[in-house]
Amino acid sequence: MLNYNSCKGLTPVVSGNMTVHTINKEAIYSYLEEINDPEVPVLSIIDLGIVRDARMNDGELEVIITPTYTGCPAMDMITATIKIQLATLGFKRVKVTQVLSPAWSTEWMSEEGKRKLREYGIAPPNPKQQFCDQKLFAAAEAVQCPHCNSYHTHRISEFGSTACKALYQCDDCKEPFDYFKCH
Amino acid sequence: MKQVLIDYTLHLADNSLILGQRNAEWCGHGPVLEQDIAITNISLDLIGQARNFYQYAATLIGNDATEDSLAYLRKERDFKNCLLVEQPKGDWAQTILSQFFFSQYQYLLFQQMQNSKDEQLAAIAEKSLKEVTYHLRWSSEWVIRLGDGTEESHNRMLKAIDELWQYIDELFSATNYELLAASDGSGVNIPRLKEPWMNKVKEIFSEATLTITGKTLMQTGGKEGKHTEHLGNILAELQFMQRTYPGCEW
Repeated sequence: MLNYNSCKGLTPVVSGNMTVHTINKEAIYSYLEEINDPEVPVLSIIDLGIVRDARMNDGELEVIITPTYTGCPAMDMITATIKIQLATLGFKRVKVTQVLSPAWSTEWMSEEGKRKLREYGIAPPNPKQQFCDQKLFAAAEAVQCPHCNSYHTHRISEFGSTACKALYQCDDCKEPFDYFKCH
Repeated sequence: MKQVLIDYTLHLADNSLILGQRNAEWCGHGPVLEQDIAITNISLDLIGQARNFYQYAATLIGNDATEDSLAYLRKERDFKNCLLVEQPKGDWAQTILSQFFFSQYQYLLFQQMQNSKDEQLAAIAEKSLKEVTYHLRWSSEWVIRLGDGTEESHNRMLKAIDELWQYIDELFSATNYELLAASDGSGVNIPRLKEPWMNKVKEIFSEATLTITGKTLMQTGGKEGKHTEHLGNILAELQFMQRTYPGCEW
């Protein structure tokens, strides 16, 4: 018999003569909010939109996450951090499952996440999906400089310091910056 | 049928792993910093695809199979990648051309595989397709830039076509496990991809002022474990650590 009385994320519900604990998803999400993406430490995994669900199966808490990019090297670390974080809160059995479909999209990033990115010096993804555009030598997306807010910027490279970013430079303040590209 | 699915999944995994490893040879050696980052980013995407396929294959195989044992402890003859991806990286032109040929192939393959009746293969295809779209656009632009560039870059592209064209037929010649997987609805009918693939290559080549000049004698066999001498070398480097220190972890 597992005892989750010390867990804050579970709500005891009396059903007949038994007390079962139902998951309080909001509370679980608030704990996961404390876990940051190791590659972009200003964002929590909730801001990033990679937590897809949290559910209770026979006394085991399952957290379902999805990678941003296929080769994202942070997934193993994020998985480990989720387990440790929830264990310290009293969840004795935690399973982290990775799913690939539906594929992650920058549309899942929270507005709060976009604001944090900009403050951190990374231009947040533009709202329009552009990854599927096969047009060659297309003009680079107009991306706003996170430092001086100018739209007078140009793309240096479609591939940046991590799989999820492209490299831009501002033509006004001259500062190079990362752009979290649409995906 | 289970063995067919295992072979098919390993074939997909090996393709991605071997090209990912090849591209990684550019790390720190790219012609300019931005392109060094681009080719190694593509490498990372390919290795990510390989991990997804190997993890799935490991669950199908069961026993003690893991993504690591499949990548690090199989022998050359067990690898089912096509010959194209194991060829030396050559100069920048050869790397670009090989990536372009393969990305266009993967783009068509994954588009179809999204409808696989095998849910995991469909999910990997759906996820990877977003990235392959980047790879295809990037490599197409480079084929045009080099082909329609200077005399030197144009000639290097011609040399690359001459070198790599002989490995193209293999992409579209189905092995037994590919035929069975396709008829079962898990795999893709690859001979059907040849026409759209050729159309795209002709379109990009025409813009790049390039023509197909490659050898017409086609080489096959990689998908059934019969490789060129280059695979042994790449595996020696890839598998060295696990062979020397079995079970070592970071």
